[in-house]
Amino acid sequence: MKIKKNLAISETGFVFDPTTGDSYTLNSTGLEIIQLLKEGKTKEDIIRQMTETYDVDIHTFERYFFDFAGMLKQMQLVAPDEES
Amino acid sequence: MKNRKLTIAISGLNNVDSPGPGIPVIRGIRESELFDARIIGLAYENLEPGPYMHEFVDKTYKVPYPSEGVEPVLERIEYIHERESVDVIIPNFDSEIYAFIRLEQKLHGMGIGTFLPTLKQFEERHKSNLPRFGKTHAVNVPESFAVTSFEEIEELKQDEKIDFPLMVKGKFYDAFKAQNPEQASIYFNRVSARWGLPVVVQKFIKGTEVNVVALGDGNGQTIGAVPMRKQYITDKGKAWGGITLDDPTMIEFTHRLISSTKWRGGMELELIRTPENELYMIEINPRLPAWVYLAVAAGQNLPEAMVLLATGGSVQPYDKYEIGKMFIRYSFDMICNLREFEKLSTLGEL
Repeated sequence: MKIKKNLAISETGFVFDPTTGDSYTLNSTGLEIIQLLKEGKTKEDIIRQMTETYDVDIHTFERYFFDFAGMLKQMQLVAPDEES
Repeated sequence: MKNRKLTIAISGLNNVDSPGPGIPVIRGIRESELFDARIIGLAYENLEPGPYMHEFVDKTYKVPYPSEGVEPVLERIEYIHERESVDVIIPNFDSEIYAFIRLEQKLHGMGIGTFLPTLKQFEERHKSNLPRFGKTHAVNVPESFAVTSFEEIEELKQDEKIDFPLMVKGKFYDAFKAQNPEQASIYFNRVSARWGLPVVVQKFIKGTEVNVVALGDGNGQTIGAVPMRKQYITDKGKAWGGITLDDPTMIEFTHRLISSTKWRGGMELELIRTPENELYMIEINPRLPAWVYLAVAAGQNLPEAMVLLATGGSVQPYDKYEIGKMFIRYSFDMICNLREFEKLSTLGEL
């Protein structure tokens, strides 16, 4: 999954979508994931990195990750060719 | 740099909760480094804030409403011109644009510059003419019908030409979403009582409202265009906060429209972006909007460019603006001198 190229993400977790004018606030975990997505990391990369760093098992993290990814799609923060 | 002095008369000084564009236009002009402006306010009411905002308005004259006819307006302008030697007039209300278009040649004869749409441009973009406008200029527009009675709305519904929810709009201002015939009847009466007939009934397009402020040079070239989304909307439907967008499709839409219409002057495009990402044009306001200062702050001083064009100058088109620039409107209690109110009320000048 790739997020929109023009998305502005600040270190404080503030995300601005300049196409729609919408802005969002992420917690530190959400910020870390969206930064990894922006770096072009795959779902598998992200799951590996997060489960190695934090005390969470793969299945639990996967569930939260899919929820989060669904939210990003719903908010149209995903690159158009990645939405389907 | 500011070696050029210009006297510019500006209306729309009602800087209230549903503000006119006068003060924001003046702010842009005041920031110009190309000319030094003496601002003459044209006021309709004694309690418009603009006349008392002396940092923006140097002198104010009350003027008759355009509904009284163009002759009284012209007489008043002649009176003002004798005293102030006006270089440019910028009318900022939809309801006065028609009168100033009709007076344009006379004003030019007096040495007063304007930069207004042509009568054809002004007429063809009327809300009731939108379907034809859309076809002529190849833009998506919602189905619109001009009606003179509530019964006509019921007939349109019976003939399956329109369905609820629908928009009920005044010919100059006001728009209400009617969910059913009862609401449509209430809004028809409200809008017709305020703005007269016809009332425009428009198909409701679901999506996000986005806007563009733009300036056309009259030859098909876009001098500037800045897209914005309202972030906070008042109960009167006005923007209380807004942000500039990075949306090339809106810019392309605006360039195409200005090229096709050869639009002359300022405009505000009201667009709806549907969930399918299509842009529908729901209205063209034939003047700069009250949020135009956002464009100035984002790097496009459209009021300044308009003055230059009105004085016969040439202007290099803007090709960029700052994305993510925001405005937040606020209200402020000005403390005013009774003597000033008295002066404007009795002498019609301040």
